[in-house]
Amino acid sequence: MTNQRVTPEPALRLVGVSKHYGPTAALDGVDLEVRFGEVHGLVGENGAGKSTLLGVLAGAVRPDAGAMWIDGVAYAPAGPADGLARGLATVYQELSLAPHLDAAENVSLGRLPRRGPLLDRAAMERTARAALDRLGAADVPLGVPVGRLSAAQRQLVEIARGLASGARVFVFDEPTSSLGRPEAERLLVLMEELRSDGAAVVFVSHALEEVERVCDRVTVLRDGCNAARFERGDFDDEELVRAMAGRELAAFERTRGTALAEVLLHARRSDGRGQALTVRRGEIVGVAGLVGAGRTELLRAYFGLERDPNWVFEGRAASTPRAHWRGHAGSGGAGLVSEDRAHEGLALERPIDENLCLPRLDRATRGFGWLAPGDLRRRATRWIDALGVRGAHDLRAPIRTLSGGNQQKVAVARLLEADSELLLLDEPTRGVDVGAKAEIYRLVAELAAGRDGAAPRGVLVVSSDLGELLALCDRIAVMVGGVLGAARPADELDEHALLLEATAARPRTRTPA
Amino acid sequence: MSLGSSAWRALGPLFALALVWGLFAVLSGSDFTSWDNQRLMLLQTAVVGTAAVGATFIIAAGGIDLSVGSTIALGTMVVALLLDAGAGPVMAALGGVATGVCVGAVIGSAVAGRSDVLATVALAGVLFAALRSGIGVGAALGAAVVVLVAGVLVGGRLAPRVVLSPFIVTLGAWGALRGLAKGIGDNQPIYPPSSGLEALMSSANSVLGLPGGVWILLAVAGLGAVVLARTPFGREVLAVGSNARTARLCGVHVPRTLVLVYAGGIGCAGIAAVLQYAFVGMGDPTTAVGYELAVIAAVVIGGASLSGGEGSIRGTLVGALIMTVVANGCVKVGLSNWVQEIVTGAIIVAAVALDRVRAGRATP
Repeated sequence: MTNQRVTPEPALRLVGVSKHYGPTAALDGVDLEVRFGEVHGLVGENGAGKSTLLGVLAGAVRPDAGAMWIDGVAYAPAGPADGLARGLATVYQELSLAPHLDAAENVSLGRLPRRGPLLDRAAMERTARAALDRLGAADVPLGVPVGRLSAAQRQLVEIARGLASGARVFVFDEPTSSLGRPEAERLLVLMEELRSDGAAVVFVSHALEEVERVCDRVTVLRDGCNAARFERGDFDDEELVRAMAGRELAAFERTRGTALAEVLLHARRSDGRGQALTVRRGEIVGVAGLVGAGRTELLRAYFGLERDPNWVFEGRAASTPRAHWRGHAGSGGAGLVSEDRAHEGLALERPIDENLCLPRLDRATRGFGWLAPGDLRRRATRWIDALGVRGAHDLRAPIRTLSGGNQQKVAVARLLEADSELLLLDEPTRGVDVGAKAEIYRLVAELAAGRDGAAPRGVLVVSSDLGELLALCDRIAVMVGGVLGAARPADELDEHALLLEATAARPRTRTPA
Repeated sequence: MSLGSSAWRALGPLFALALVWGLFAVLSGSDFTSWDNQRLMLLQTAVVGTAAVGATFIIAAGGIDLSVGSTIALGTMVVALLLDAGAGPVMAALGGVATGVCVGAVIGSAVAGRSDVLATVALAGVLFAALRSGIGVGAALGAAVVVLVAGVLVGGRLAPRVVLSPFIVTLGAWGALRGLAKGIGDNQPIYPPSSGLEALMSSANSVLGLPGGVWILLAVAGLGAVVLARTPFGREVLAVGSNARTARLCGVHVPRTLVLVYAGGIGCAGIAAVLQYAFVGMGDPTTAVGYELAVIAAVVIGGASLSGGEGSIRGTLVGALIMTVVANGCVKVGLSNWVQEIVTGAIIVAAVALDRVRAGRATP
């Protein structure tokens, strides 16, 4: 590939692209221009039209109006295959690999090399290896079904597929949201390398600091329209957020909580390694660590979803395996918000009110246990108003019709409906936009303090977003390789210290004096 | 908007039924529209409709039952054997229903991860067959029951949890239950003396204008509709079908829910077996072949999703009626059997395609 490509034409140009679904305009006359040798940020709140725009680019969504050009040649894709044929590769958030095929097969899928009538396995592996090497990903094994690779490795395979097909325009749809810090770092460097290779990169992300770091220009979408465009050095976090939200957002500033004496959770390793973790009523405790450090496993073991002989639990809300089944836990127990909203957290096709009240449907019954739909609606409405869930005009509508942030609020509301006193939050703001993020922080802080009129609750948060943990938590412990370090007051910590500890070979087990 | 789409979902199948009925009414006139024929059609719907009410629960919970036909055949054999042994019609009927409930409990256990129950039942069955001629039926039965109880109690602790897909389990049951139906009657149909059960499925014996079997269908459907739509259990079934992991997170006892759904759902097939016995008047191991597909078709035409989380009893009932009306109407018009089969097949695919188009419009 040539190093510098001198061309008067932009790599990608969109003019006046519109898409309507019924009366609502998902996109309303959006313009976008991306040059070769540029990383172009595309940001906006959930529902601003980013996903639709990416669908249009990839050929999965047909626009009602507008025109597109790739490298100066008109581009009107009839389907996703057209994009790839024209050198446009999209790396999706929900990866689009065939999980049962291996990396080599996935990279060549759609144009598998043949020798006569048979598959040319050697050529396939050569192609895949070459592409992966260029990405500095020599550690991705070729013969293993990609379903068994890590999220970061799968993403590399997907990028390799784009490279191998000779793509010159790469579109990344929130590529770092499912990655740990080092993998995300590697991906950002990779985008910069693609840029210096002369490729055009579109980077869609909620992580504004990443956008600020790698992007040459940023296009901001709001309500399906162009809200602003910034040149590098012309913008900062605040300006981006203002353009995205169309208003000033109050920064989240938490007054630290007061932990009461009552211990709601006490977890220690059965082999005695590392430190024990306690969560008291009224406090928010965070667990930091790399992806795969065993943080999620700790939450799930405590909640009884998985058996884990490594952990011993005590405390008021202590549970045994399967204790989450109603009748064992009941009121006063723990409640878990899953990190995987789509596959575990919510029943996406079921109505909003049912998702919210599912743990305690028995409360909406009358007489001989008949469900009273009116009661169900009333109970749900109460929480929806209290938590400021937006878009829930029809509580019988499937919950997938809500935006990610509002879905997450319903997932939290469900714990409250079940009277959970210990909230276990696993990546509570993954895939949630800036505005909704601040609202969720505020909500969690209020619940911990008991400002909603109920007794203060205990909260345990697992998050890969260190800024989130620092802003939200009273104390933070770092987990490394399944072993917990000491929980220290958040005021004494910063991102650097947490990162250092998370990437250390061993957790620090001593509380500094 | 959303009101319109939910109304469409509820009324769509009903509208299709009216359309099909109207079409045949025009084509064949009073021969088709007579009250006698309406009663006959309801009667013809009773067996498949009753089983389909149960299947709606199973499909709404994200499962499938391919063994309905075999369960019905087995049920008719049990009813006939009990009548032959001198039991009264009520006892015999209860035996037929119990057969379905037991089959469902075993299948539900396997689907819920207690595969050991399946193995234990098989072991007990083999033991009974082996010992029957040696130590006598009573002693062999006792030995089998001891093995069964011990196995179910101990198996849960010892055996690993293996969750089997309902497709596989009921595909196995489809063959095994048919074999069992033949085995318990030594490969012969059983013709017990007339018991009065036959009156359930005879147009000549009406209660308030309709045969008893139709009333049973309506009662089962009414109860099913209330349980599915108006009880916490029903909503939990739908939640399990939509996303079992979410249900688990919310404290729904998913395995227990599944066992109840299959026991109750296939219990409905047991009731259908009693009606089928009443219809054919004998225990026939080769009866009800292919009913599983008619049952699934009724549920799907009624608007349920095969991926779970959706389903309505009213829709299912209408779906079953549509198929009966087509079958009956084709006969009245004088169309051959093969035409009717093609039309039925086309209706199944068209009904689901229409539903998808509607869903596609509703989803941005």
